[in-house]
Amino acid sequence: MSQPSLIPDARREPLSHAEIGRYSRHLLLADVTLAGQERLKAAKVLIVGTGGLGAPLALYLAAAGVGTLGVVDFDTVDESNLQRQIIHSTRDVDRPKTASAKDRLRALNPYVRVVEHNVALTSANALDIIGGYDLVADGTDNYPTRYLINDACVFLGLPVVYGSVFQFEGQASVFWAGHGPCYRCLYPDPPPPGLVPNCAEGGVLGVLPGIVGAIQAAEALKLLIGGAEPLLGRLLLVDAWTMEFRELALERDPHCPVCGDAPTITELIDYEEFCGLRPPPDEKPVQTITATELKARLDAGDPIQIVDIREPHERAIAKLPDAIVMPLGQIYRRTGELDPDRDVVVVCKIGQRSVYAIRALEQAGFPGRVFNLKDGVNGWARAVDRSLPTY
Amino acid sequence: MAKLSIPTALRAYTERQAKVDADGATVGAALAALADRYPDLRPHLFDEAGELRGFVNVFVGDTNIRSLAGLATPVTPDSVVALVPAIAGGLR
Ligand SMILES: [Zn+2]
Repeated sequence: MSQPSLIPDARREPLSHAEIGRYSRHLLLADVTLAGQERLKAAKVLIVGTGGLGAPLALYLAAAGVGTLGVVDFDTVDESNLQRQIIHSTRDVDRPKTASAKDRLRALNPYVRVVEHNVALTSANALDIIGGYDLVADGTDNYPTRYLINDACVFLGLPVVYGSVFQFEGQASVFWAGHGPCYRCLYPDPPPPGLVPNCAEGGVLGVLPGIVGAIQAAEALKLLIGGAEPLLGRLLLVDAWTMEFRELALERDPHCPVCGDAPTITELIDYEEFCGLRPPPDEKPVQTITATELKARLDAGDPIQIVDIREPHERAIAKLPDAIVMPLGQIYRRTGELDPDRDVVVVCKIGQRSVYAIRALEQAGFPGRVFNLKDGVNGWARAVDRSLPTY
Repeated sequence: MAKLSIPTALRAYTERQAKVDADGATVGAALAALADRYPDLRPHLFDEAGELRGFVNVFVGDTNIRSLAGLATPVTPDSVVALVPAIAGGLR
C-alpha cells in the first residue's frame, strides 16, 4: 500500500540551482520530482550507529540530499571496522566515529547538515535526541539499544527503518506503531545474553551490511518522498551466501506490551536489565585468570585443563597449546569429559563467550573449579605468545 | 513431516545443518522432533513451560504461526517451516 510523505507540503524547502543540478537524476523520476527532492531537503533523519549498517545508510542519505542527518555513536574507529564500515578510512582509526562520519558526509555533500551525537543512546537522553527527527534508521548492534529505539519511536509516533545482520544473513523492515507492527510485535523478548554471538565474535561478511544498509536507505528515502510502498508489515530476509531474498508477512500484535491495545510499557525502561545484561545480585561471579598467571601455572607443571570453546575455523587463527576442543554448543552434554579434580580454564576469543560456557558448565552440575581466561586468546597473544596474531 | 529451515544463528546447535526434515503433523511436533535430535537446541526454542521463546518466530510459508494456530498449526511434508530468530549485528 502506498504511503504518503512524512514531510507535509508546508515544510518543503526550495532548491538552489546548484542543488537542482546535483539532484538531477532524482528530479527526472516522475515519482520523485522537485516536490520529492524539496521534501528530502526539509527532512531530518537520525542514524543510530555509524558502523556496518550506518555507513551505507549515511552515505546514501547524504548523497540523496536529506537536509539534516543526525549520527549517534559513542565509539571510536577500530582497524577491524574497516572491512565493512566504508564511511571510515584507515587514517580515521582511533577517531570518534561521529567525527569521522561527519567529515566524510560533508565532503560528499556540503548541502547536508550533519549533527553529531557523540554519546551512547540511553533511556535518559533518547526522547530528547530522537524527538527532533522525522524518522530513525536503526543501525545498532545490540538488543538494549534496539528495544530503546523501538519504544522511544512508539511513544513519539516515528517510523523506524530497521536492519540487522549476522554472518551471511540480514533482516530489514519498517516498524511504525499506528501504521503497522513495531519491533516488539515481532520479538517480544530478546535472546538471553550469549545465545547468539554478535559480529565481534560471530563475524559478518563485509558487504552484507552494505546490502542491508542500502535497503534501509531506500526505505528511508521512500518514506520521506512519499507515494511508495515501504517494508511496513513486511520482513525482508537476505541470505548473502545463497543470495536468496525472502519476504515474510508481519502483523501488529494486539497484545504487544508497548503498541498493543492495553500497553504495559508506557515509558522508557532499563533496557540493560530487560535484556538480562545486569547479573542478578545472587549470581556467583566468574573467577578469572590472566594469560600471564596461566602461563606461570603451566610452567610450574600445574595439570590445568584448558577448554577452548571456539569453532575449529577460529582455532586455526590462533590457539593455546594442548587445549581440549569443546565448541560452545556442545558444552552442556560433554561436561563428563572433564576431570573435576583438575582446574579448568575456559578460552574464547576475547573472554566473553567463555563466560556463557562457564555458566553452561555450572548448569550441567560440573563440580570442579573453573576459571575464565581474561581477554581470551587475544590476551594470550598479547601477553604471553607474541608470535600469535590477534583478531 | 516438514522441511525446517535453520538460520545461521542456530546452526551451532544443529551440527551446521541448514535444512532438517522433521516428523510431526504440527509445527510443535516437528520442532519437538528437531529438539530431540539436537538437545542443545531445545532451551533456545522452548521455555520451561514448553512455549516458544519470544526471540524466535516460526513461519510456515510466508505466514507467522502466531497468525495461524501457533504450535498447533498443521504441516505437511511439503511445508517449509522457517525459524527466524532475532539477530542484532550491524554496528561493531
Ligand atoms: Zn508492537
